[in-house]
Amino acid sequence: MLNQYLPIIVMIVAAAGTAIGMIVATTLIGPKKSFPDKDEPFECGVSPVHNPKSRFSISFYVIAMLFIIFDIEAVFLFPWAVIFQKLGMFGFIEMLLFIFVLAVGLVYVWRKGALEWE
Amino acid sequence: MAELTLNHYLILSGVLFSIGVIGVLTRRNVIVVYMCIELMFNAANLMIIAFSNSLGDMTGHVFVFMVMAVAAAEAAVGLAIIIALYRNKKTVDVDEVNLLKG
Amino acid sequence: MDIVIPSISFSAIMPELVLLAVGILILLLDVFSEKHSGKLAYIAVGGVATALFFAMTPITDPSTTFAGLYSADRFTQFFKVIFLIGTGLTLLISEKYAKENNINHGEYYSLILFATVGMMFMAGGADLITIFMGVELMSICLYILAGYTRARMASNEASMKYFLLGAFASGFLLYGMGLIYGITGQTKLVKIAGAISANSDNMMVLVIGAGLMIVGFAFKLAAVPFHQWTPDVYQGAPIPVTAFMSSGPKAAALAAILRVLVEAMNFIQVDWIMWVSVLAIMTMTVGNIAALVQSDIKRMLAFSSISHAGYALVGVSAATSDGVSAVMFYMLVYTFMNIAAFGILALVAKANEQNTSIDAFKGLFRTNPVLAAVMTIMLFSLAGIPPMGGFMAKFYIFMSAVNAGHLGLVLVAVINSAIGAYYYIKVIVAIYFQENPEKPEPVKAGPSLVFALLVSVIAVFVLGLMPDCYLTIAGKALLPF
Repeated sequence: MLNQYLPIIVMIVAAAGTAIGMIVATTLIGPKKSFPDKDEPFECGVSPVHNPKSRFSISFYVIAMLFIIFDIEAVFLFPWAVIFQKLGMFGFIEMLLFIFVLAVGLVYVWRKGALEWE
Repeated sequence: MAELTLNHYLILSGVLFSIGVIGVLTRRNVIVVYMCIELMFNAANLMIIAFSNSLGDMTGHVFVFMVMAVAAAEAAVGLAIIIALYRNKKTVDVDEVNLLKG
Repeated sequence: MDIVIPSISFSAIMPELVLLAVGILILLLDVFSEKHSGKLAYIAVGGVATALFFAMTPITDPSTTFAGLYSADRFTQFFKVIFLIGTGLTLLISEKYAKENNINHGEYYSLILFATVGMMFMAGGADLITIFMGVELMSICLYILAGYTRARMASNEASMKYFLLGAFASGFLLYGMGLIYGITGQTKLVKIAGAISANSDNMMVLVIGAGLMIVGFAFKLAAVPFHQWTPDVYQGAPIPVTAFMSSGPKAAALAAILRVLVEAMNFIQVDWIMWVSVLAIMTMTVGNIAALVQSDIKRMLAFSSISHAGYALVGVSAATSDGVSAVMFYMLVYTFMNIAAFGILALVAKANEQNTSIDAFKGLFRTNPVLAAVMTIMLFSLAGIPPMGGFMAKFYIFMSAVNAGHLGLVLVAVINSAIGAYYYIKVIVAIYFQENPEKPEPVKAGPSLVFALLVSVIAVFVLGLMPDCYLTIAGKALLPF
């Protein structure tokens, strides 16, 4: 019974090993320079202290909104992916249609210029 | 330790739904109002999933998938509407949006 | 475990498929070719006509398809025809308005078509999931359409209010559906009824669930006391969109209410008849009284549409097959007269909706006598004056309620129609007997608007003088009573 989980354990060990190995390796052999920016708390590359009134580009909103829509459609791909072999040709064509409709949406926002940054 | 039963989930869902409703009725910021509406949706989702699990019936899962997709589309549209309003009006306070009265 | 693909009848959803395909085509045409932008409205009308052809193809045996998710019966078909007529007329009156107001984009037409598909799924849904998806597809498209003239502040505001209150209502609807699913373990309407008759524990929860669902639908129908969004949204939205919102979605909400109440909620019929009667009385009375004091005609028509929803609810509360067919006939007539009235308003209000007050109609008889006559016909029909269709529609609704023994309800409804006549006649007085100090130029109707008005006038008279055959069709369309 436990045997079937063995690959997962190997996977976890390998992943942890890679992560720890990289950190250890960079501490041992990487060059060490200290400068003010580097000492600040890390927050995804955004400066943690800044003027809250500063504006940022509207493109963030547009891309975030588009992301929500396309992202959530993946929810329908998962159940299909689990049993697509049993569903056969019919399921495949249905899913192609679904992807086609999504693709039309993508083409539409692309041509409308919603994906241009400037 | 007591076991988690269906009732626990139902009570949680009822409480979340009520928080959502009260939030919609009392809050004035459009974004917060919308968050409360999302809370109502997710309370309903939680309830449906709990029922689905206790009934051993997958229909509820499908229902919740659909609702999630719909809620995402609704969120995108809603945020777009709020941004359009903000650009014109420079406020997201429900009380200050009062051009139409009669 | 083997998976059995359920029997699927694409012919049952052919109108939906046609509208979806045309909607997608319009989106793509809009972004890939500039030169078609003038024709988009006509392509959409062509799609609606094709869908109408499929919707009118008679079906032999009423049945559910898609594993019981969708009912292909005459009830669905009749409502599909109503929605398609509403959509077609809306597209025709939009054409000139869209060009004048610079909203002649592909997505405007696509959204109208997609919203229509949502309505069809509301009418055809035999399962809570289908109905919910239909409600949301329709509502999301309408939220965008309400704010479509996005430079106009009123339109923005309408869109936001509609969105917040609409989503709020959807939350109630979903919670009600969840409760019913939890107690019965079924989402299919017929099976819900079966599960309840087999086992009637937890009656209280079922009643709460049904109540929450009715609240959700009543929001979409704009029934009092869930109507607060209606006047603001109808006033702020672009006029063709207001015309669209006040006809199709109302009919769709009624269709969904009828289906849910009749197919699944027979067990609490005594309860829901009382709820619907109370809703009907409040909706008629508040709608009519508030309409009396309006000076903006868009707002007046908004309250008038609330009161019409109230009359339709009288038919629902009769809870007989006569009542249901009367409601269906009512919505058919209402679609014609309401959209035509808004179409004339769109023309008279001029570009950018400069003037939507009753003053805009002053002296219309002098400048445009034909248009004035058409508006008069529509207003008389809305007021329920014979021989127009509006009279017969009201008559059948009231008859069905009397036969079901709701005398008090009908009395309130009759008093309300008398009050209602007053504010329609106020507009007619402005058209014929008042001078417009600004001496405006005659307005020019485009060919598509003329066509839409012609169809509506003919329909209002035909439905008023020969209602029998349409009632028979509606009667045959019945749900299993």
